[in-house]
Amino acid sequence: MRSLYAVYRKEMGHYFVSPIAYIIIGLFLILSGYFFMAFLSEIIRSAMQQGLEEMQYGGGAQAMDVPGLVIRYYFGLLGTLFLFLLPMLTMGVYSEERKRGTMELLMTSPITDLEIVLGKFLASVSLIAIMLVPTAAYQIFMLFKTEPSPPWRVLLAAYLGLMLLGSAVLAIGSFLSSVTENQLIASVLTFSAILMLWVIDIGGQNGSTFVGNLLGYLSIIRHYDDFTRGVVDTSALIYYGSLIFLGLFLTVRSLDSMRWRRA
Amino acid sequence: MIEVQDLTKSFGDNIAVNHLSFTVNKGEILGFLGPNGAGKTTTMRILTGFMPATSGTARVAGFDVFTDSIEVRRRIGYLPENPPLYTDMTVADYLDFVARIKGVGPDKRRQRVDEAMEKTNISDKRNELIKRLSRGYKQRVGLSQALVHDPEVIILDEPTVGLDPKQIIEVRHLIKGLAGSHTIILSTHILPEVSMTCDRVVIINHGTIAAVDTPANLTMQLKGGQRVRIEVQGSEAALRDALSSLPGVRKVDVQAGAASGRIAVSVEAAPGEDIRSQVAAAVVGKGLPLYELTGVSLSLEDIFLQLTTEDAAHASAAA
Repeated sequence: MRSLYAVYRKEMGHYFVSPIAYIIIGLFLILSGYFFMAFLSEIIRSAMQQGLEEMQYGGGAQAMDVPGLVIRYYFGLLGTLFLFLLPMLTMGVYSEERKRGTMELLMTSPITDLEIVLGKFLASVSLIAIMLVPTAAYQIFMLFKTEPSPPWRVLLAAYLGLMLLGSAVLAIGSFLSSVTENQLIASVLTFSAILMLWVIDIGGQNGSTFVGNLLGYLSIIRHYDDFTRGVVDTSALIYYGSLIFLGLFLTVRSLDSMRWRRA
Repeated sequence: MIEVQDLTKSFGDNIAVNHLSFTVNKGEILGFLGPNGAGKTTTMRILTGFMPATSGTARVAGFDVFTDSIEVRRRIGYLPENPPLYTDMTVADYLDFVARIKGVGPDKRRQRVDEAMEKTNISDKRNELIKRLSRGYKQRVGLSQALVHDPEVIILDEPTVGLDPKQIIEVRHLIKGLAGSHTIILSTHILPEVSMTCDRVVIINHGTIAAVDTPANLTMQLKGGQRVRIEVQGSEAALRDALSSLPGVRKVDVQAGAASGRIAVSVEAAPGEDIRSQVAAAVVGKGLPLYELTGVSLSLEDIFLQLTTEDAAHASAAA
């Protein structure tokens, strides 16, 4: 446990002395801030227009759920940003250690492979949590300034979904980083894997066949959509839990195989 | 302290270590001597638990390196060929991290880090980023990393590579100072290094042990063969005629024609023979003008060459 914490601590330190974390966090915050504003003003404008049209032509008043829509669009965007940015965060997690030879230090220390993997994984999860903290400012702004104010349960569900989505990407990314010494290859592999999981349901979108349903279930973003609507579905929890478990399990196996293979 | 029995490691068809057996006593410094690719690094990696052996066993402090890997790793400090450094950390932070993963408790950690820095003479660089240090300092940080948890066994893969002569002497002193309280294995391809630091030497070649002895005995055995280089005016045939009949001469090599009709010749003697005066007498006796005569002792490269060609000769003789 103490060694796990040592690895965690070292990883966190590494993120904040290397420029990569600052670049990713900075990019994420700029884009998410810009899109929050864009979504908010666009939705407010169309809500007002709808109101005007109703006044002009009459008809049943159907109020738009402005905060709900903003949450859906905004978190949808955050999810997409995660899919693009997080592979860059994990690309060096193992490949760099392999290249620099520090993997040899870790693997000859009295620490299990699982402790190495968990320490590194938890550090990357903490980093995305830190990355998300500033975005809470927008939600607080909405809580105070909009009428009706956004349901906080939906917000919590959305953040939970985002963390699960992010953790799944990080777990897959760290596995793919452990199979190569080259950071670029690791990030390309991770992008490809994420892209596959992202578009996998396109083929089965219209059908309700077994295969269609299966492909739909495997889509990494479809489960996330539920969270942004405030729905915490058990099947989504199982889906992301399985991805995280699979990623970490494969990483541990990959470290183990390094011992047998390496010349 | 360390018992290695029938250790074999193969990568596919390539056998890196072939039925290696040796023991290291407590407090002893054992030197691994051998050319590149002889299996030194592989043996060390097996001992440190980095990779499992294909067959055979190795025990460190009574624990099997495969089945009790964690217990073994707790007791071993290891400096790989390339020091495993996190270059964007400061020296002190790095050593603190290593102490943590080696299981040094929080109460002793600071003290151990300070001690390791003092022993390797890097205390003045404690707050420098490792990437800003010179090669020699990096090597010493690597060395202090292997000492930081005060392990019973220390394994050093080429610890003096990349150091300047003054630092090499310092590191050798340091290693000698560690003996007694620590059991040490170090690998090198520099013969003087072995004779200066080690109690016993294992010479490895092609994954097998070529010789195990104290450095003094080995040096005598290996350095016995003396070589004399002469420069003479005269024909090659006359020289060969004069020299090859001498007792104690093993080999006569005409190297090249030197300036103005002189030729340079290298004469190799059997171990333990000093043939300089006989060579001089023989050359002069034949009426050949002698311009230069120098005694050259065999370099390590020659010794390896000798060892490996002898092995090949034995093999072909046996077959």
